[in-house]
Amino acid sequence: MARLVFTSQLRRFTETPEVDAPAPNLRAALECAFAVNPRLRGYVLDDQGHLRANVVIFIDGRRCAERVLLVDPLAPDSRVHVLQALSGG
Amino acid sequence: MEPTAWVATRKGLFELHRRAGGWQIERTSFLGEPVSMLLPPAPAQPMFAALNLGHFGVKLHASDDGGITWREVTTPAYPPQPPGEPAGGVAWKLQQIWSLAAARGTVWAGTLPGGLFRSDDAGASWRLVESLWNQPGRAEWFGGGFDVPGIHSICLHPERAGELLVGISCGGAWLSRDDGASWLLQASGMRATYMPPELAESPNTQDPHAITRCAAEPDVFWCQHHNGIWRSTDNAASWQEVQNVPVSNFGFAVAVHPQDSRSAWFVPAVADQQRVPRDGALVVNRTRDGGQSFETLRAGLPQSGCYDLVYRHALAVSADGQSLMMGSTTGNLWASDDAGDHWAMVSGHLPPIHAVSLG
Repeated sequence: MARLVFTSQLRRFTETPEVDAPAPNLRAALECAFAVNPRLRGYVLDDQGHLRANVVIFIDGRRCAERVLLVDPLAPDSRVHVLQALSGG
Repeated sequence: MEPTAWVATRKGLFELHRRAGGWQIERTSFLGEPVSMLLPPAPAQPMFAALNLGHFGVKLHASDDGGITWREVTTPAYPPQPPGEPAGGVAWKLQQIWSLAAARGTVWAGTLPGGLFRSDDAGASWRLVESLWNQPGRAEWFGGGFDVPGIHSICLHPERAGELLVGISCGGAWLSRDDGASWLLQASGMRATYMPPELAESPNTQDPHAITRCAAEPDVFWCQHHNGIWRSTDNAASWQEVQNVPVSNFGFAVAVHPQDSRSAWFVPAVADQQRVPRDGALVVNRTRDGGQSFETLRAGLPQSGCYDLVYRHALAVSADGQSLMMGSTTGNLWASDDAGDHWAMVSGHLPPIHAVSLG
């Protein structure tokens, strides 16, 4: 199962569980994390469900460029890092 | 209870109390985080603080003990954006909570990019006021100081339930008498020198930097506009420009005496293209006769080498009209106990100040 790891910066605001997600793509994996902590959704995604402008996600060391649909595929052993983008200050 | 003040800044929320020796900072919340707006506590109403986190977006917190402890509540969110929107318009994404007001069990939040939200359960849930958001005229609104339009002023009627006026940069002033079910554009008389001449008097593209209402005489509003000062004495049905303002008629902040609609305070800057005090001297303009004349107050304020700007929410007046407090973009905070005749610096080391409230 793909593993999601959230930046420790988020722990100042809300719980950030490490999630092992049986998910075929990024959005499905994020939904697994949001099911554990619903408040986390608003920290990662905006009103329209897009990736926040100053949040960046890496899948197996590759930065996600598609920020709207979030359908990048995940492998069973993928490692997903959700981080703050330095553009946010 | 001793007087209390709150100062919302680029890097936290500061609570001050006035003791024998003057104002003192006694509590700090959200240190390091941008606090875009606050709503002081009131009977049967929590205190609110709106954050604008650089990475993780807008968040709203409430306190049931006057700011000692905080809990995150639901943040207003825009509904799904219909396909085809915007037609040259804005994305339906919350960028900032720019204004907060509450009365009779309802909390109102004015936002960038121009939506007004309401909560009838103390922030547990919010809904967009669609009657204003769906106004066809919204397509003509544009940003003033931001890339998108925003609601910075929410003036609730102190006596008539369901009546409120909102000020929008840049979208004029809108009045509802039916609790937000319908709206009237009420900016007649304002004039925009930044528009083509044929559109200068269009009420829908005025830039009222801030609008405030007199609590005791609620038909009277004062407006610090982008290019002047306006006043209304007929519940915003018409606005009259105040002439012969000394120093400059440009600025952001306005405060009106809660008991005397003829008394108001302004903090001028040179002009929109040079947003610093004229000649490096910070002053406050005060009128006591409805704008017929002004006194320019300087005592206790820096009179040389000063480049402080006071934003639209950063000038506050107490309920008796005697105490004033103002904070600047440079992080300086001043207070007056004699209606502005004399000022004293409270702190010269705060982060850039967004909003000040006197309790």
